[in-house]
Amino acid sequence: MGNRCAVIGVGQTHYTTRRRDVSMAGLVREAALRALEDAGLTFADIDAVVVGKAPDLFEGVMMPEAYLADALGAAGKPMTRVHTAGSVGGSTALVGASLIQGGVHDRVLVVAYEKQSESNATWALTTHLPFTSSLVVGAGGYFAPHIREYMRRSGAPGHIGTLVAVKDRLNALKNPYAHLRIPGIDRAMVESTPMLWEPIRYLETCPSSDGACAIVLSSERAVTGTPAWVHGGAMRSEPIFRAGRDTVSPQAGTDCAADVYRQAGVTDPRRDLDVAEVYVPFSWYEPMWLENLGFCGVNEGWKLTEAGATALDGDIPWNASGGVLSSNPIGASGLIRFAEAALQVRGMAGDHQVEGAGKALGHAYGGGAQFFAMWIVGAEKP
Amino acid sequence: MRPVAVAAFAQTTHTGHDTGLSEPELILPVIRAVREQSGLTEFGFTCSGSCDYLAGAPFSFVSALDALGAWPPIQESHVEMDAAFALYEAWVRLQHGDVDSALVYGFGKSSMGDLREIMTLQLDPYYLAPLGLDQLSYAGLQGCAVSSTTADIARRSWESAQTNPYALKLPEPVETAPITDGAAAIVLVAGDLLRERTNLAYINGIAHRIDPHYPGMRDLARSASAAAAATAAGVGEGPVDVAELHVQFAHEETILAEALGLSVDTVINPSGGPLAANPVMATGLIRIGEAAARVMDGTATRAVAHATSGPCLQHNLVAVLSRES
Repeated sequence: MGNRCAVIGVGQTHYTTRRRDVSMAGLVREAALRALEDAGLTFADIDAVVVGKAPDLFEGVMMPEAYLADALGAAGKPMTRVHTAGSVGGSTALVGASLIQGGVHDRVLVVAYEKQSESNATWALTTHLPFTSSLVVGAGGYFAPHIREYMRRSGAPGHIGTLVAVKDRLNALKNPYAHLRIPGIDRAMVESTPMLWEPIRYLETCPSSDGACAIVLSSERAVTGTPAWVHGGAMRSEPIFRAGRDTVSPQAGTDCAADVYRQAGVTDPRRDLDVAEVYVPFSWYEPMWLENLGFCGVNEGWKLTEAGATALDGDIPWNASGGVLSSNPIGASGLIRFAEAALQVRGMAGDHQVEGAGKALGHAYGGGAQFFAMWIVGAEKP
Repeated sequence: MRPVAVAAFAQTTHTGHDTGLSEPELILPVIRAVREQSGLTEFGFTCSGSCDYLAGAPFSFVSALDALGAWPPIQESHVEMDAAFALYEAWVRLQHGDVDSALVYGFGKSSMGDLREIMTLQLDPYYLAPLGLDQLSYAGLQGCAVSSTTADIARRSWESAQTNPYALKLPEPVETAPITDGAAAIVLVAGDLLRERTNLAYINGIAHRIDPHYPGMRDLARSASAAAAATAAGVGEGPVDVAELHVQFAHEETILAEALGLSVDTVINPSGGPLAANPVMATGLIRIGEAAARVMDGTATRAVAHATSGPCLQHNLVAVLSRES
C-alpha cells in the first residue's frame, strides 16, 4: 500500500433535509474549511483536491468538479472527481489516500457531498427507462428482496431491523451533526411507521440529506495535529448481472474485507477492531454486513444485534455516529463513515466516542451491493 | 517515480451516429483487444471514465462491469471524467508498488442527446448555466480571444485523418469536433511486467491542473493550467516529435501549442485528433493511446499527449511518452 498516510483533519456540515442558505459550492466549502481548521492548515497547504458524489442527476450539475474548483481552492492544482455509486464517499477517500501512498503528494483535500434537496433522489435512482424497464422504485425497492432472502436464510425474527433503527438513532442523539435526532425513539415508534418496502418501515430507512464531509490526508512527513493512520484500504467491484452472484452476501464485500484485514493485521474483526462505521442505509443491513464482514458466522449476525453487541456500550459498537440511518447525503455517506472511524481513533468523536478506540473500520457499498470500499485507521502508526 | 508504460491500446471504429450498440457492447471489443495485445487477462487495478449525462441515466459505468466479466471481484474505481484522468488514477495506483498492471477504459455515446446543450449543465448552476450558453457558445467566446488560423488547423486534421481507420469519414474539414460514439482502452504495466515486454511506451511524466471555473477569471487566450501541467510532466525537457492534443475546437490547438511550448517541428494530431473523432469521455484517453502508438511504432522518439475537461479548456492533463523509462 505504499507510503504511510494519515487523516489529520475532519470537517462536516450539519446534515439536514434542506440547506437553503448555501449553494453547492458553499456547502462543500463549509466542510472543507472545517477540515482545514482541524488540521491547522489553509487551502495554500493543499497539493491536490479529490471530490466525490453520487450521480450527477441528483443535483443536475454535470461533472461538478469544474464548477467547485474555485470554492475548494483547487485552481492551479490537480482535481479529480470520483463516482462509484453509493460507495463513492469511501472510494474518494481511497483515491485521495492513493495520491499520498503513491508518493505523488504530501497533502490532499478530500470532499464528498450531496445536496439532495436539489432534486428527488428516489426517482433519480429509479432507472433505467427507456433502455430497460424498471420494476423497482428507489434503492429500497431494489434491496428489500435481498433483505427478505436474508431473513429466510437466517431465520432472523422480524424485530431485528427495528432494533437497529432504534440503536442507530439513539447514537445520533449524541452526534451534533446527525440529521435525524428523534427524542424518545423506541421500538414502538419505529413499528408505528408505514411499511415502505416489506420488511422496511419508514423509520428503518435512511433520510434524504443535504451535507458535505471533508478530510485532509497527509504523508508522514507533513503530519500536523492528531493523526489517524491508514492501516489498510481496499476496493472491490463485481458485475450486477452475473448469474449466481450472492446479492445477500456479495463476494466483493467479503474479498474487500479480507484484503483490508490482511493489510491491517486483523484476524478477528470483532476482537481486533474497537469500533466500525458501516454503510447501513436500511436497518437490516447491519446483521447482513456483520456476516459479510466476518464479525460472526453465517446466519449469526442478527444474534449480535439482538444481544446488543453493536450498541455504543457493546463489545463492538457499530455506527456510533448514528450511521447512514441518521444522516444520508448519499455521495458523502461513505466518506462520513471513513471520517467517523478517523475521529474515533483520534479520540475526537465527542459524546459518541468509544472509549480508548485504537482501531476502526470505515465501510461503504453501492450499486446493486456490488461496489465496496473500506479502510482501517488506527491511533498508532502502522 | 516507479516506471510505468503503456503496453496496449485499442479503440473502436468510431461512428457519427448511434449504431444500436449499448455501452457494454461498445467496450467489449476494445477490452478484448487490449487483453490480447498485452497478453494479460486480469489486472491489478481497473479504472474507467464515463458520464451519466450522455446516456441520460444514472450509473452508466455499472453495466460496463458486465462487459469486463469482473469475476472474481476486481479492484476497480471510476471517475466521472474523461478516461485520461482514469489513466492518471491508475498510474498513481501503480506507484504503490503492490500491483503491476492496470486496465483503463472510457466510453461515450454523444449521439444519444444534444451534446452542445448537455455541456451547458457543467457550468455553475447558479450564475452561468442560467445564461443558456451552450458548448459552441462558450467555445466561441474563447475563439474570439485568440488569433488562430483555424481553417488551416481544420484542414490538416482532416487530411491526417484520411489514414486513420478509426476516425469518422468526414466529407470536409471541420473546426468543431463532430458528434461521435466510441470507446477506447489502454493497459498499463510496471515492475516485472516491463521486463517481459519489448514494445512499450513509457510514461516519463504525467500531471494535471485545473483553472478557475469562471471564464471571466481567466485569460481565455492562454491556458495556465495546461502550461503548469506541461511543466510538471517535463514536456520541455526534450524535443517533442508528436503531440496528440484534445482539441475539440480548432482554435484550442493554438492555445495548447503555446501552453505546452511546442515547436514548429512537432507534428500535432497525426491521427486527425478530436476534430476527426470525438467519442466524449474516451477522447482524452485516445490521445494518450495515439501518442503511445507513435512511440511504439517508432515514428516518434518522444511524444506528448493532452486531455482536457471543463468549459474553455479549464482542466488539462499532459503526459510525456517515450521508449525509455
